Order: sequence, then C-alpha cells, then structure tokens
Amino acid sequence: MTAAIREAATAPPQRGGHPDRAYAPYRSTALRAPSQPLVVASPSLVERTAPVFGAADVAPIDADLTQHSTGEPLGERIVVTGRVLDAAGRPVRHQLVEVWQANAAGRYRHDGDLHPAPLDPHFVGGGRCLTDDDGRYRFVTIKPGAYPWRNHHNAWRPAHIHFSLFGTAFTQRLVTQMYFPGDQLFALDPIFSSVTDEKAQQRLIARYDHDTTVAEWALGYQWDIVLDGPGATPPDPDEV
Amino acid sequence: MTGPPEPTPSQTVGPFFAFGLPFDGGGDVVPPGTAGAISLHGTVRDGNGAPVPDALLEFWQAGPDGRLPTRGGSMARDGRTFTGFARVPTDRAGDYTVRTLRPAPVAGSTEAPHLAVTVFARGLLFHLFTRVYFPNHTEANAADPLLSSLPPERAATLIAVPDGWFGGPGYRFDIRMQGAGETVFLDLTGDGAQRSSTIDGAGPA
Ligand SMILES: [Fe+2]
Repeated sequence: MTAAIREAATAPPQRGGHPDRAYAPYRSTALRAPSQPLVVASPSLVERTAPVFGAADVAPIDADLTQHSTGEPLGERIVVTGRVLDAAGRPVRHQLVEVWQANAAGRYRHDGDLHPAPLDPHFVGGGRCLTDDDGRYRFVTIKPGAYPWRNHHNAWRPAHIHFSLFGTAFTQRLVTQMYFPGDQLFALDPIFSSVTDEKAQQRLIARYDHDTTVAEWALGYQWDIVLDGPGATPPDPDEV
Repeated sequence: MTGPPEPTPSQTVGPFFAFGLPFDGGGDVVPPGTAGAISLHGTVRDGNGAPVPDALLEFWQAGPDGRLPTRGGSMARDGRTFTGFARVPTDRAGDYTVRTLRPAPVAGSTEAPHLAVTVFARGLLFHLFTRVYFPNHTEANAADPLLSSLPPERAATLIAVPDGWFGGPGYRFDIRMQGAGETVFLDLTGDGAQRSSTIDGAGPA
C-alpha cells in the first residue's frame, strides 16, 4: 500500500489541497468518482446562502459526547475546540458543527461495523453544536481508537473524528476528518494520504494544547477549520 | 501580512455517518398533507449502474414565495416555517425521498428555479454539487446560464422527471455518479478567482 500511496502522491496537488476524487489507493473511489470534468458554474443566489440552524436545533448537552448515556464512557476524555473560518479568515458565526466517531476501542455504533472490538454501552459517538460569536466550537468526548477496514491487507485507519461544517453559503459545505498528532498510521492510510500536499495534510491534524487541557479532568486539542469556496458576501479587502 | 488562511481539505463521509448526520424526518421539508407538497425521489447509482446504499444527499432551496429561509430550525422544524433544507441517506436500494414545495424564482436571480444539492458517499473523498431543475419552467430553463451552456443530453441530467406518487405530484431525480448518463456535477469555486488573486496579488482590482 505504501508504494501505491507514494506513486499517487506524485500527481499534482488539487486546488485547495483537497483530494482527487479518483484516488486509486482508496479502492471505493473507482466507481464513485465522476469521469467527466466538473462543470464550472457561477454560484446561484441559492448557493450563495446557507441553511440556517438555531437554538431549537441543538441542545447544549449535544456537545458533550460523554453525557449521552446513564454512565461514563471508557477511554481518554478529551476536549476538542477551535474556530470555523471562511476563506478570508472571518469567523463563521452561529453555524452548525456536527461530529461522529468510533469509541475508545475503535468501534462505531453502526450495524455495518464488523470490527470485533467491544461496543461501549455508555458511548454513542455523535455530537452537535453551534459556533459562537467568534466562530468557536467546543466538544467534550473520548479519544477514538484506530480501527481496521478492508481496503487492502492489514489496513487500519488512524484515530479520527468526522466533522461536518456549514458556512454562510452552500458552496462552503465541508465534510472532513480530524486526526491526532504523531499518529504512526498516517503514511499507511489512503484516506489521509489522499491529501497529497504535506502542508494540506498538516491542516487535518489537531494540535495538543496544554491551555485547553482541563486540570484533573481532560486533555485538550485545538483544531481550526477553514471553509473553501465563495462566501455569502465577497471578502472585505480591509480584512484580508 | 499572513494573507488568508488555506482551506481545510475534504475527507470522505465514510460508511458510518448513520448515527452522526441523518435526523428524524430529514427528508420532510414540509409535513405530510401540506398543500402543494411534492415528492422528489430517485436512485443514486455508481459507475456500474449499481445502487449506492451509503450516500447522503442534502438539498437547499427557496420556498414557493421565492425567498431563501433566514430563520433557524432546519432540523427541529416547527411545522409552519419553511426551512428549505433536507438531508436524506439513501436506503439499501440506493433510493431517497424528499417531501417539499416547488421553489419559485429568487428575485434578482438569472437562474431558473432549482434546488441546490450536495452528494456525500463512502468512496467519495470530496462531496459533489449538482442542481435539480423542473421541466415546467420551459422559458426560465432555456435562459438559465448553466442549462443553456450544456449539451441537451447533459442538461437533461439536471431536470427532474414528473412521475406521480400516492401522495400527490412527484418528480424523479436520479443521480449517476459516474459513467453512462453521468449527472452534471458543478465546480462552484468560480468566485475563488478572487481569493487566489488575493494570494497572487495579481488579480483584478
Ligand atoms: Fe471513521
């Protein structure tokens, strides 16, 4: 697999550091990446606005994944926080952030997950919050475990948390994955490695932050997210 | 001066989003029995024409008044406010269904009425954008900047096909991710030229 990943890494990087949809080392792309080039279109007025979420959609407890059961989940309790920014560096305020993840043993609460690792009766693994006035989100959860998958022999995903983001325009929609620093599986993982540019890879990795760590309670990670694509209004030159 | 930040790259939604993203009634933009409700439904297929049972679709649209919703509540809908947002996973047969209202033209828009669509799936490293147009807006569709720029057989992949359903009028909108009859997918970063020109310092003023 490392040879296939190394070969695919020689392709020129995509705009914004995004993966090429037809990235061969991730086998399932073979029948799901379009064969025609994307059609360049000017975003419509619909696409220049975004779905709206509010207090009715998200309860404060939704942001604490350790509180979604009658007991404490097993694993290493962590705080994950950061800011959601647009391409001009402006905070995306009061917008929805969603996360989902495996438990500490690397098992998802999903019928399709056949990994013979234990489910945790006290961990579901889904969370939501709205960003604040500064574009900041904050989740309390447990550190997910690495898990095997069937892409190739002895394939393992590095520990990750799935993130879903909305911006101020539909064009800014993003689904991605956050990784933890120093993982030995990065270079062996075709999904992480589908981002071929090394600087862009770094933008997928959270930073351990001792100031975010809560004494006697949880380790802290910081991860800022920058949404691509045109925003609802053109960037103000004074802010760039 | 540090310049604008670089984007966070996309990663696949993976196979296990079922407990993370879908929500109850995610396809019910309007409640059952709403006057004028339509069903928008179809099948997502891969390059072999096989159904894709682990895709997630999102739709965003103006209401029948041509306005884009500006109030929260897109998941916890109150049953009265039109939120214009739907999110539906495909089922084992690759099928999805949304119940909504037809959009009216947005004031000042050059585009014909349409729904904006995002496609996520396992095996898709970066989501795809497309649009659903309606066949009855003949004149508006003919003048639409996107539809009019496409060969007719490609434009046809963006136009829903009327087919009734048990609850009233319905439209079929199939999505072919790859191969014969491939749906037109959009690059909407056009205005991104402004962004990269800022980086290069050489773009239009
Ligand atoms: Fe995962």
